[in-house]
Amino acid sequence: MTPEEFTTAGAAAISAAVRAGKVTPSETVKAAFERARAIGAGKDALNIFLHADEAASIEEAKSMHERVQSAADIGILAGVPVAIKDNIASLGLPTTCGSRILADYVSPFEATAVSRLRAHGALVVAKTNMDEFAMGSSTENSAFGPTRNPHDVRYVAGGSSGGSAAAVAAGITPIALGSETGGSVRQPAAFCGVVGVKPTYGRVSRYGLVAFASSLDQIGVVGRRVDDAAIALEAIAGFDKMDSTSSDADVPIYRLSALGKPAPLAREPDTEAMRIGRSPVPLPPPPDATTLEGVVIGKPREYFPESLDEGIRDLCERALDRFRSMGATIRDVSLPRSPLAIPVYYILAPAEASSNLARFDGVRYGLRVDPARGLKAMYETTRSQGFGREVTRRILLGTYVLSAGYYDAYYKKAQAVRTLIADDFRAVFNSGVHAIFTPTTPTPAFTVGAISDPYEMYLNDIFTVTANLAGVPAISVPIGRLRRLPVGGQIITAHFDEYSMFRVAYALEASLGDEAHQ
Amino acid sequence: MAVTREDVLHIAELARLGVDSARADELTRELSSILEHMEVLSQVDTSTIAPTAGVGAGGTPLRTDDRVAPLMEGTLESFAPSMRDGFFIVPRLATHEDPTESSA
Repeated sequence: MTPEEFTTAGAAAISAAVRAGKVTPSETVKAAFERARAIGAGKDALNIFLHADEAASIEEAKSMHERVQSAADIGILAGVPVAIKDNIASLGLPTTCGSRILADYVSPFEATAVSRLRAHGALVVAKTNMDEFAMGSSTENSAFGPTRNPHDVRYVAGGSSGGSAAAVAAGITPIALGSETGGSVRQPAAFCGVVGVKPTYGRVSRYGLVAFASSLDQIGVVGRRVDDAAIALEAIAGFDKMDSTSSDADVPIYRLSALGKPAPLAREPDTEAMRIGRSPVPLPPPPDATTLEGVVIGKPREYFPESLDEGIRDLCERALDRFRSMGATIRDVSLPRSPLAIPVYYILAPAEASSNLARFDGVRYGLRVDPARGLKAMYETTRSQGFGREVTRRILLGTYVLSAGYYDAYYKKAQAVRTLIADDFRAVFNSGVHAIFTPTTPTPAFTVGAISDPYEMYLNDIFTVTANLAGVPAISVPIGRLRRLPVGGQIITAHFDEYSMFRVAYALEASLGDEAHQ
Repeated sequence: MAVTREDVLHIAELARLGVDSARADELTRELSSILEHMEVLSQVDTSTIAPTAGVGAGGTPLRTDDRVAPLMEGTLESFAPSMRDGFFIVPRLATHEDPTESSA
């Protein structure tokens, strides 16, 4: 493979070349670092990485080479370089969460998702930049400076998994792990012109993911193309005894090369009640990627408001036309409580964060600042110096909505409205709709520093946050460009129906071809 | 409902966050502005709706109460700010007299 081919090849092609002995794992790692240097991934330019050690990665690659030569089954990601968001623990590497409070923290254990990637042969080459503790939509809240958009450095990469989306968009790795609480993989994927997946809540183990809002958090994947995200999800999905919220549902084969073959049934019938609106009849495997005969795609009117950017609307309409031309039926549907999702999310997520982030207190690990005025002063000084502005704001917001006198009016109310939002999805999927299509974001990427009002920044999540509240899977796929910046379209399916989500995404990607990036 | 400066200082203390005077004023404005957008929820009738704490209708499944060995490499000392004899060392509570200070 030429250096140029490494920047565009999918994980399947790289892995196949490694298995066939055409390229060594060390060469794939070196190619990733060469690309990173060439494109300016460092702090002074795109600021994608928070940690990357070429010598250590090459050493790891050499061990992989021995494994390739000795083992019959070396995994579907043999020799594929991957980048990991820096709130996912990776043994012996820093896990800073983009925060000063963990600036010097080196993880003494590894997240299940990372160890599964490694078990499948992947090579971790970098920890990526992010909004501090995943709180943000632009990566500007990183204590280590913003990540810039590889398509135009004046623009943000999105967030909070901005570094992971930028690493893939910049051609450094074909796959990266991110994390989602309200759209933190899909939104940066849309801004950077790559594919981003939020799996069903429970699909992927969160062991080793630093907790932000536990009823919403999921590890997600970024890929160059749909197949890359599908292979990565296949590798990391499935039950893990270290995370009791992980599901024991079967994991179907998602990869493109297996598309025409029957997928295993998604789940045992006795756990049906756990799901939100399974498709009435699971989609059968299609004869090829561009057939959507018999598929019903819902177009929710609340996601196409009159105020929507006309350019975004036009690109979505083009995508819907492609669905029609491939045999799908487009049906107008309604998710009437979706406009309430931002207020609900920004009560529930900060409330959970205020509890989860109590552990950063300067006692057991991380930063300690001791002004020598006793224990309480140590807590307060450590936390006020360790946390940035947005994290402080959200901890206080969360503490407020949970405090006596406000709990029922805010927190309990938001939990009840969350039920209604999930009911909306249940009703649509129970009406015979297989997948819902929406824009991923209301606008393309904005310039660095353009948004200073916190609530205006929160509105970036307006089309993504509902899937997190309902726990359903969703994918963002490039659907074109507006003002030379990438735009993403979102496909949402029922609980644990990632198979249908990927099927529709493959069809859209194949149908748009190069137009997805034009 | 508007958040007052006293509210901010009170919740900052509950959250063990040191907030200086200028920042307290900013946070009062910011939190009030954010909470204004939340008021829309009060118009939704949820009197018969059960709150959702998580997305699984069956709640969080529990594992058997077996001790699971943490898969940790290295020692606590490798990342703890201060340790002695296997214990994390913290500053004294301010209400306790510090013998080193009183003897100085």
